[in-house]
Amino acid sequence: MDIAARVEPGPRKIVIDPVTRVEGHGKVTIRLDQFGKVDQARFHIVEFRGFERFIRGRMYWEVPVIIQRLCGICPVSHHLAAAKAMDQVVGVTKLTPTAEKVRELMHYGQILQSNATHIFHLAAPDLLFGFGAPAQERNIIHVLRRYPIIGKWAIFIRKYGQEVIKATGGRRIHPTSAVPGGVNQNLAADERDALRRDIENVIKWCCDALEQHKAYVEAHQKLHREFASFRSNFLSLVGPDGGMNLYDGKLRAIDADGKIIFDAVSPADYRDYFIEEVRSWSYMKFPHIRSLGRENGWYRVGPLAQINCCNSIGTRLAEDARREFIAENGGGPVHPTLAYHWARLICIIHCAEKIKELLFDDDLQGSDLIVQGERQPRGTACIEAPRGTLFHDYEVNEDDQVVRANLIVSTTSNNEAMNRAVTKVAEDYLSGQEITEGLLNHVEVAIRAFDPCLSCATHALGQMPLIVTLEDADGSIIAARTKE
Amino acid sequence: MSDARISLTVDGTQIQALEGQSVIQACDAAGVYVPRLCYHPDLPPAGHCRVCSCRINGRINSACVTPVSQGMVVENDTPALNSDRRVIIEMLFVEGYHLCPTCEKSGDCELQALGYRLGMAAPTLPYLWPQRELDATHPEIVLDRNRCILCSRCIRASRYEDGKSVFGFEGRGIHMRLTVDGSALGDTAMAAADKAAHVCPVGCILIKRTGFRTPSGHHRFDKAPIGSDIEAVRSVPKT
Repeated sequence: MDIAARVEPGPRKIVIDPVTRVEGHGKVTIRLDQFGKVDQARFHIVEFRGFERFIRGRMYWEVPVIIQRLCGICPVSHHLAAAKAMDQVVGVTKLTPTAEKVRELMHYGQILQSNATHIFHLAAPDLLFGFGAPAQERNIIHVLRRYPIIGKWAIFIRKYGQEVIKATGGRRIHPTSAVPGGVNQNLAADERDALRRDIENVIKWCCDALEQHKAYVEAHQKLHREFASFRSNFLSLVGPDGGMNLYDGKLRAIDADGKIIFDAVSPADYRDYFIEEVRSWSYMKFPHIRSLGRENGWYRVGPLAQINCCNSIGTRLAEDARREFIAENGGGPVHPTLAYHWARLICIIHCAEKIKELLFDDDLQGSDLIVQGERQPRGTACIEAPRGTLFHDYEVNEDDQVVRANLIVSTTSNNEAMNRAVTKVAEDYLSGQEITEGLLNHVEVAIRAFDPCLSCATHALGQMPLIVTLEDADGSIIAARTKE
Repeated sequence: MSDARISLTVDGTQIQALEGQSVIQACDAAGVYVPRLCYHPDLPPAGHCRVCSCRINGRINSACVTPVSQGMVVENDTPALNSDRRVIIEMLFVEGYHLCPTCEKSGDCELQALGYRLGMAAPTLPYLWPQRELDATHPEIVLDRNRCILCSRCIRASRYEDGKSVFGFEGRGIHMRLTVDGSALGDTAMAAADKAAHVCPVGCILIKRTGFRTPSGHHRFDKAPIGSDIEAVRSVPKT
């Protein structure tokens, strides 16, 4: 059906439902006025998970295993964030070196595989074939067919990350090794040796992927700079020296010019610095920085924020890449939405380097795994998940049951930013235009740049139908088209 | 039980048994695994779960409460009996909340292990979504009734091994529930060292703060199916 041919003059609404090649289920609505200009654009999260509610009453040591089930892509982040929170509940402020490093290694494996999933499986089809390319080409199968080398990176880098998770957590997807106060296993020597064999290749492939992406940016400078682009605040964990630390650290927020909003904030104090606003049209909350208010306090998280907030990266190849990234993008905080991809690739390189470093650390084969302390009523922890800063906050009663839980999942922090990206693309590409499937994909490209994990559980990977309906101002459907 | 030896046939194979043994005891000793849930070798049998049902001399009976007799003919590992057992297991799954992926007993759970052994890929019966309570009032033990399968092992262990009678049943039929001698487990004389705290076949009675201490892949049933330990000692002459 030709949508444009059926549209009557007057206000109308465009619905993209569901948004594809993201994790989870969401939809976009765009209201156009009678002149075809964008009146309002929104990114809705239409599913409700409820983990914060049904974790109540469960025993605190179950939480790291239960809570990770809200996601199939980044469960390790939730597993570790919950375990870190429960470390505090059992009164542990410092883990054994073995426990700390086993968890770190698992975390880097997780970010490696998750970021690889996004950049190669979800984003690459848009970048390689064009945002408006025929829908049947915008998928990983076509990437494998046309660009077998990139297809190889897609499969093997992701696989390697999952093998790291399995070696440290017992399972590739939902590990169970992090327990309150430590871990239940170390890294076996034979697993370590197997991982050592392939790590150099993985680092090389990650670097090759970055070079490929830089060439893309070079050839599409205007698009890279302007597509869905806007300025914002950024938030990330950083280490004590201000360097990148994806596993642990303190919270740092910077404004659009790179000026510090707050720094060295303990995750336990997050409620003093953030407000989670609820809006009626989405199940996803809108967190913002308390001191700046709703209008100015929203911020971005994820790879772009991780790079923008840190002073340096502690591994050589990633640090070189970070310096080049900052220099090539104006010297200060980097704002273009598409720069998320570049930043994500730098993070991938960092993770691969960290994995290599840890694989040659004998502490991983230690046997001192768990410590105990004095029971505490509350545990709050942050971790830099693949999609950005993740907050887990729990209160536990004297019977060891969770009585309150609050999560700020990374994608939640990007909610306002994703809505702005959708609005920007709608205004730039859809206003006054004949609406085509290719143009609507531009909206999805902007959302995908954030790599949102909407349900933190399900994965579309382009297999779900895209339903586009045109409605008049009173909601009557003028035209509809479904892409299987 | 006397020293007198008798012989019986199990699935066409002749085995030796001691007079006074139950069929399941005789089979265990001969290395023949009869699926079971409520039976525990240290406790008096109860015949509650019916998973060990065999065709004995032509009639269906529970192997745990049927004494052996000379010339007895037992059918155990047959497609029909295993199909019935699978349905019993399915009913137990859908009657409670058995969320294996997040249960600390996973890998050590006899219900889960039987599901795997009997080929239950997923329940085909509708879930009942009952209202069940978790009792965490005891400082060392947690009682999660969501996972109770009413096997009565804890009742028997508390009564016959611990001498305490901490547990009992209330209600009948589908409304039957495990109850404790008091308003909550924390009010009872239960101790973590009690036998009753260590015989639960599922994740209903657990020692607090020990969950998930065993790495994935190292649990009892991670490497070998349930019953493998019994079958490993099998040395039965073929008839």
